[in-house]
Amino acid sequence: MRQAIAAAIADEMAADERVVLIGEDVAEAEGVFKTSEGLLERFGPDRVRDTPISEMGFVGLAVGVAASGYRPIVEIMFGEFMGVALDQLSTQAAKMRYLSRGEFISPIVVRMSVGPGLGFGAQHSQTLESWFVNTPGLKVVEPSGAKSAYGLLRAAIRDDDPVVFLEPRILYGERENVDFSQHHEYAIGRALTVAHGSDVTVVAAGQTVPIAVAAAGTTAVSAEVIDLGSISPWDADAVAASVERTGRLVIVEANPYSGGWGAAIVAEISSRCFGNLKAPAHRITCPDIPVPYAAPLEARYVPTPESVAEQLEFLVSTGVLPEQWWKKEMR
Amino acid sequence: MTTRANSPLERRSQLREPLGRHRRMLEIRRTEDSIKELFSSGLIAGSTHTCQGQEAVSVGIASVIRSTDLVSCTYRGHGHALALGIEPVSVIAEILGRRGGTTGGVGGSMHLSSKEVGLMPTTAIIGAGIPIAAGVAWAAQLSGSEDVAIAVFGDGASNIGAFHEGINLAAVWKLPVVFICENNLYGEYSRIDSTTAVENIADRATAYGIPGVVVDGQEILAVMESVTEAVSRARRGEGPSLLEMKTYRYAGHSRSDPAMYRPAGELDQWLERDPIALHAEILIRDSRATAGELELMEAEVAASVERAVQEAQESAIAEVADMFAHIDAGMGP
Repeated sequence: MRQAIAAAIADEMAADERVVLIGEDVAEAEGVFKTSEGLLERFGPDRVRDTPISEMGFVGLAVGVAASGYRPIVEIMFGEFMGVALDQLSTQAAKMRYLSRGEFISPIVVRMSVGPGLGFGAQHSQTLESWFVNTPGLKVVEPSGAKSAYGLLRAAIRDDDPVVFLEPRILYGERENVDFSQHHEYAIGRALTVAHGSDVTVVAAGQTVPIAVAAAGTTAVSAEVIDLGSISPWDADAVAASVERTGRLVIVEANPYSGGWGAAIVAEISSRCFGNLKAPAHRITCPDIPVPYAAPLEARYVPTPESVAEQLEFLVSTGVLPEQWWKKEMR
Repeated sequence: MTTRANSPLERRSQLREPLGRHRRMLEIRRTEDSIKELFSSGLIAGSTHTCQGQEAVSVGIASVIRSTDLVSCTYRGHGHALALGIEPVSVIAEILGRRGGTTGGVGGSMHLSSKEVGLMPTTAIIGAGIPIAAGVAWAAQLSGSEDVAIAVFGDGASNIGAFHEGINLAAVWKLPVVFICENNLYGEYSRIDSTTAVENIADRATAYGIPGVVVDGQEILAVMESVTEAVSRARRGEGPSLLEMKTYRYAGHSRSDPAMYRPAGELDQWLERDPIALHAEILIRDSRATAGELELMEAEVAASVERAVQEAQESAIAEVADMFAHIDAGMGP
């Protein structure tokens, strides 16, 4: 996936000279996750620039350069670093258009590596969708592999508004053949059905997509997996159309239960598809705890294909909501 | 809003003349007084932050920069908006939540904006405009234009992270930006010596390897001179400067603040160095105007601001559809 990200940036930089890339160690070092390989050499130090360790400063810099007509891509090395710069994104960029009657805009992509699974501990492992989805004016996009990373990132760079691009860190090394001409299949707000089935609709995003697909491949039930692609706006029509056929909805999230992005989807689809539901809508999430470090603990923290498959079977066969494992085991 | 003979850019050009600058300072003073009155009479919600006493800074800056230079500014921005050329009726209409306001009534007192005169949306977050101005300056550097960016902020902003990060970044990248601190001695309700260990905020420039200049912010000619020099330096590609304008706000922090924390007599001392009165002395000394002519000018300004208040109050209130416009590119007006 890392090469797909670099390719998407390169292709947009080649297509539009207003596109620039900034961040910590994105230029000389080509990104700590090698997501900007070859970009400094190809586009030069004016357009690919290393910044000081000053997220508030360089996200603000992006807001200013964007208001003056450029299209900055900002790399935030670990998603949590956005915490020190949130003002510039949520309070400045997301409101720039609104507070200027459209005279100043913020076509910024803020890319950040996110997610548990690699032993980075409590402060370098969250997915953080919920930091952003409650802010009108921001779009939140989350690729699930090389193909969607390439397609969605190109769409994000072309978008005229600020886009938060959450890159599941655990997927950087994953390989997938990318047909660069097919990137138009991906659009912000458009979900893709990645596995077809008839018993249950499984909605996933980012790193939970491969987990859901693996679960669907092993379970006895017929599961339809939808890769949401963007969390805000999200493709309610695609999810509703699927749930109307399957009658069941399960969300798989790599974030804590409380306030996770799936809650809004359950609420909307439960209302909209009330008459079609054969079982209560169910969310498979992480527990409401910080991400633990020790490998066996972190492995338990994130939903696994096995646990997802098990819960899908239980929900489909009984119509009863599966109990969260931590409630069952930690009593 | 009816079409006016005095467009914002024409108003801007009036600042080329000393009498035009004097008139603008009077206009800011009178507009701020009117806004305070409107608040007191319950016609405006929320909060407002007026700048009586600081007029020489805003008018001084606007007199010497170009209309293509972008300004990022704090919520104490009415004076800067007027100085840059926005008409009083547009500022007052915005504060009254009217469609004819600079932001169509969705912004309010703290959010004035006009690309035509180079004012970015004024921000209600202390210090936020500092890195944004650095970004505007980066755009000028990238495109090779000779434009500069101006960041206007208060003394309180000098203790927030954005100040350090934005100025350091601008200094390292040699960006064409001028950081202008309006030091009015109080950050919200706290006196500067209780929050800041250095006497002069300009001294902090040393830490970033850029020029730092303390300026008498009550003397418009001193403001103009210092901004001219810093802007020229930035246009020559020599990087940013930090200017500290020593000034004073006659009113409290916001409309709910009677400023009882100020020592007795302090306000009176500053009133003796009122920027409008100081400039009047110079105009009379240089025979550009007589005291009687300046009194007449003051009366004219008061009458025109009165008309602007009237017109703004009679103008259309923002409509429900207006608050759904300009959220993102898919939602037009």
